[in-house]
Amino acid sequence: MEDKKSLRAPVSQKPHVVPKPEHPEYLGGSITVEINEKKLTVPFGTTILEACKQAQIHIPTLCHHEDLCVAGVCRVCVVEVEGMRTLQASCAFPITAPIKIKTTTNAVRKARKHIIDLLISEHYGECYSCFRNNNCELQSLAKEYGVDHYNFGHVTQPRYEVDNSSYSVVRDMDKCVLCKRCVRTCIDLQEVGVLEAIDRGHNTHIGTFFDKPLAEVICINCGQCINRCPTGALRANDPRDEIWAAIDDPTKHVVIQTAPSPRAAIGEEFGQGAGKSFTGELNTALRRIGFDKVFDTNFTADLTIIEEGTELILRLYKALVKKEIVALPQFTSCSPGWVKYLEHFYPEYIDNLSSAKSPQQMFGALIKTFYAQKAGIDPANIVSVALMPCSAKKFECNRPEMNSSGYKDVDYGLTTRELAQMIKEAGIFLPEMPQSHFDDPFGEASGAGLIFGATGGVMEAALRSVIEFVTGKRVEDVYANADITPVRGFEGIRYAEIPITEVGPVPKLLQHLVPDWNWLKGATLKIAVCHGTANAKKVMEDIKAGGKFSECHFIEFMACPGGCLGGGGQPIPTNEEIRKKRAEAIYNEDKSLPVRKSHENRHVTELYDMFLTDGPCGHISHKLLHTHYVKRGKFIA
Amino acid sequence: MQNHLEVKLGKKTDRKGPVIFSEYKRGEAIKKALSMSREDILFELKDSKLKGRGGAGFPTSTKWMLTAAAKAEKKFIICNADEGEPGTFKDRVLLMEYPELVFDGMVVGGYTIGAQLGIVYLRGEYEYLLKPLEDYLEEMRKDNLLGKNILGKEGFDFDIEIVLGSGAYVCGEETALIESLEGHRGEPRNRPPYPINTGFLGRPTSVNNIETLAAVSHIVVKGGKWFAKFGTDKSSGSKLFSVSGDCEKPGVYELPWGTKISELLEIVGAKNAKAVQIGGASGHCIPKSQFDRTLAYEDVPTGGSVMIFNENRDMLHVLKNFMEFFVDESCGQCTPCRIGNVKLLEGVEMIEKGQYTFAHINKLKELGRTMQLASKCGLGQSSPNPFISILENFKDEIFNRGNGGRNGR
Amino acid sequence: MLVVEKNALSEEIESYVEKYGNDRSALLMILHEIQKKHRHISEFAQQEVARLLNIHPVEVYSVISFFAFLNSNPKGRNLVRICQTISCDMKGKKQVVQAIERELGIKIGETTKDNKFTVEYANCLGLCDMGPAMAINDQVYVNLTPEKAVELLSKVK
Ligand SMILES: Cc1cc2nc3c(=O)[nH]c(=O)nc-3n(C[C@H](O)[C@H](O)[C@H](O)COP(=O)(O)O)c2cc1C
Ligand code: SF4
Ligand code: SF4
Ligand code: SF4
Ligand code: SF4
Ligand code: FES
Ligand code: FES
Repeated sequence: MEDKKSLRAPVSQKPHVVPKPEHPEYLGGSITVEINEKKLTVPFGTTILEACKQAQIHIPTLCHHEDLCVAGVCRVCVVEVEGMRTLQASCAFPITAPIKIKTTTNAVRKARKHIIDLLISEHYGECYSCFRNNNCELQSLAKEYGVDHYNFGHVTQPRYEVDNSSYSVVRDMDKCVLCKRCVRTCIDLQEVGVLEAIDRGHNTHIGTFFDKPLAEVICINCGQCINRCPTGALRANDPRDEIWAAIDDPTKHVVIQTAPSPRAAIGEEFGQGAGKSFTGELNTALRRIGFDKVFDTNFTADLTIIEEGTELILRLYKALVKKEIVALPQFTSCSPGWVKYLEHFYPEYIDNLSSAKSPQQMFGALIKTFYAQKAGIDPANIVSVALMPCSAKKFECNRPEMNSSGYKDVDYGLTTRELAQMIKEAGIFLPEMPQSHFDDPFGEASGAGLIFGATGGVMEAALRSVIEFVTGKRVEDVYANADITPVRGFEGIRYAEIPITEVGPVPKLLQHLVPDWNWLKGATLKIAVCHGTANAKKVMEDIKAGGKFSECHFIEFMACPGGCLGGGGQPIPTNEEIRKKRAEAIYNEDKSLPVRKSHENRHVTELYDMFLTDGPCGHISHKLLHTHYVKRGKFIA
Repeated sequence: MQNHLEVKLGKKTDRKGPVIFSEYKRGEAIKKALSMSREDILFELKDSKLKGRGGAGFPTSTKWMLTAAAKAEKKFIICNADEGEPGTFKDRVLLMEYPELVFDGMVVGGYTIGAQLGIVYLRGEYEYLLKPLEDYLEEMRKDNLLGKNILGKEGFDFDIEIVLGSGAYVCGEETALIESLEGHRGEPRNRPPYPINTGFLGRPTSVNNIETLAAVSHIVVKGGKWFAKFGTDKSSGSKLFSVSGDCEKPGVYELPWGTKISELLEIVGAKNAKAVQIGGASGHCIPKSQFDRTLAYEDVPTGGSVMIFNENRDMLHVLKNFMEFFVDESCGQCTPCRIGNVKLLEGVEMIEKGQYTFAHINKLKELGRTMQLASKCGLGQSSPNPFISILENFKDEIFNRGNGGRNGR
Repeated sequence: MLVVEKNALSEEIESYVEKYGNDRSALLMILHEIQKKHRHISEFAQQEVARLLNIHPVEVYSVISFFAFLNSNPKGRNLVRICQTISCDMKGKKQVVQAIERELGIKIGETTKDNKFTVEYANCLGLCDMGPAMAINDQVYVNLTPEKAVELLSKVK
């Protein structure tokens, strides 16, 4: 019985997957169970936990996470099953017989309390100095079970050193409850395989290969482990202090660019349900905090589309017309977690990565060149902050090659969670802020840049432009409302073919690169989208084996499940429902915008006229907006 | 006694016993089994009422019937030779002196459940047995007791492999054993699913103790009814006991189920015993006042370990040794066992130093109860047993230690 | 590590993979072989195993750290394991351990300076009727007395 979700995890961490009946209403397809004397009919194979949820009976959990396979290790979810000698972990117990379940007996309550007491007795850390204060599953459990003293003593000494070697992830194993969510995330959900349980018994701890610092092993900085950690054991490397210092320093000009995903999620940090964007409110709040300028990352997302789209056209032109050997399919390069994943696991494919920088880094380069010139500020005095949903962006801005402005292009990557904290520190309640606009010279961006936040968004944005470039038709005439639905959704890997039946004139922007489109007439553009590095691995293995993805022209890869909106810097908790709501918020904002295609962004065309004068993929753009990659490989020195 | 263990396989002549150590010729059971139908073998097993000897006491006929009934291309039979319970060594003796019983039993099992491969999971501590056992298997292959079309039975192919464990008591737990065979940490799985339908590599797998397999060989040859003649109604047959501690003649004894503890003590020459630990560290401590209890599933069940403590032994020291064992051997995946055992050990140390309150000790006993109920596997479910039973049965000795508490040490 | 040594080790591990297969279920036996030959499983060896079995290095490290008889860091040339469990304990394990500690001038858990011996405790070796028991490498010795134990050590090369 193979668990579809996971092939990698040991069976000890897999649920008993009982094939769900096709027709639960048929005889034997469903089972009637009794939970606390209440009768309930559930499909065969439902776990006790799921059944209780249906019956609206609360069961505390700690190691269970909806995105992950079952572990059944914390044991706080135990319940009594009549006729069984021991208590059963409800998250791991599939119902295959008409059992009677009790969730509130003396033994159950005592066991849960004992387990919480035990965890707390070993927990070194104080809530008031912890970033998870008020959003910590261990803390809530302690509250739920009325812990008011240390029943079994309490540790007074730390057992582990805090590992803050990584630009992105800080590990404080003294706050770890060994739920193994991070292990399951890293090995199973992401298939990177950095973290595992090391040693056994009481010495068990989560560690890396040879317990090396995280920066020395193959971590792609995706931060997905942080998002799923129930406690403060994992957190992002927090630059708040440095940013406050810059804000307070009158000689510094502090600018911030904000990415679309944080705007669609930051409300969650202020008690607002998932699914509403706070873009305008955020702009005001950022100015009140003291940022001198607030820019929209979507602007460079639009620019990325032009550069990356042009690069794709050039690669196709070289391959199809000039019969040169070029690396195809072209891979997107805006997800720094994905880029590092490829550098480690498939270094032989780095030529396939688009050389276009991510929007964050393009913006960084422009701020300290174009903007500095225009505003007459010495770039040395500009502190450039990027609000990102992503912990890998912290690593990205520290890559040594990211200094094409002559300075460190982006000084700090700031996550949604950290910014929410800063806003709270300033005494601001975000949802009540008046709305305001982004600052010029970059102004508002297009909806195409905005949807970068969701999986499939980069592809859709690129297609909106490429289709118009090549066919000369309006996208709206091909796809209703310019919603390119085949690339949307949350399916792990999506594939689409777009036939080019007619071609139009070459637009001005590209005329110096290709003479006409006739060579594309009758061709079929094959594209794919995938998110989560486990899916990326499937696609890469298929490409290696010469499968259907090797025939693609362009593939969008995102390291995080759901794309950036599910990034490692986003509010905790995360699950599929929350990610769907964030996606809705993003697509709704896109719908509401007047400009929804990157090439129609007036500021972008102006930039090519005024600054990047030799056009997309020209010399200036190559210097500022493109980059190169490192063949890292898998060997851990 | 010689210093260096004689690791060539060979019988000691002084072993006596009614069932396991009774007359048996190599290959006998295989020959007989292959002349029978699978159902007939299962019927004989059912008649024998044989229960698993690994500790849990699950009826072997049921286990094999379920594994035989599971539909799969490939099935496995695993011989659990991880004997790690403190005070147990009867499986080692069986392997060294009666390998024919064990391996023939495995072949019979393979035939009955439809497995093609048998795996012996040999504990790392018994590495010195690896070579002789492999030589033995090679001989079986030569005699066509293993391999293709065994003893001319068309279509019955079966072979046995030995895999070495590496020093982890918990790998004796069947699902942890399978995890480690699959190349993972030896962490027990969630159950259900049970190995009988999702075992090694996800295939139906029967995990059997060495002694269980040895008993099967006799049952096939001599019949289930013959086997059931021995022992009691609910505990049929005989049992191997590994006897150690304070007695004149430690060693392996075969006695029918239903033997009284006092009778056993008599046989092994234990003169002034005050307690026996039955079932190893995870078993129960029986004080002198209860020596008339019987060794049987219905009274004092056991996997066979019998450790005898005389009047001079410090029971708190014994308890501490057991708790240290569990702290060492817990796999550490589940909370109650990973942290609970440490707390119990700390409790023992508090008593040792005389720095405890009864309120705290009672709290720890309650915690022990939770560990028995909420731990993920048998290790954590049974590790509080000695804590609870020794503190209960030796209250006076332990809590009135004062300075004289270190008696005998 | 020299390149030649690395290549030799890779070749050796490849031969184990040939013998036991490249499925993850071969891991335990492959680790055994390496442990037996080299007395530890080095960083490089672990990565080679991971590569050949197509799993992550940390998974290999995790499994090794789980098992008491596998280790990532080198130990002495001879490994002495003394049973610490109750039956041996009652028969005088403590005296044996003290004698060994005195003889070798190290505490349990340590390695002698000349790297000849590492002495450790083990849990029940399954020789309880003949305690105290100990193992030197893969040979076991029973019914020890302090004198016997010291004599046995002196015979080890
Ligand atoms: C912690 C633990 C250790 C165990 N160790 C052994 C062992 O060393 N040998 C054994 O045969 N069974 C051991 N068992 C029992 C096995 O899980 C399993 O029940 C047994 O191998 C089944 O075989 P049987 O039906 O023949 O008894 C252990 C169980 C637990 C919980
Ligand atoms: S991890 Fe949770 S319980 Fe621990 S200090 Fe932080 S908030 Fe408190
Ligand atoms: S950041 Fe990503 S790659 Fe790194 S440890 Fe966490 S989940 Fe694994
Ligand atoms: S680091 Fe966090 S997610 Fe990982 S095991 Fe510890 S508590 Fe769980
Ligand atoms: S009870 Fe102990 S040995 Fe068993 S799974 Fe839990 S931690 Fe591991
Ligand atoms: S939530 Fe079920 S065992 Fe942890
Ligand atoms: S107690 Fe020492 S070998 Fe068993």
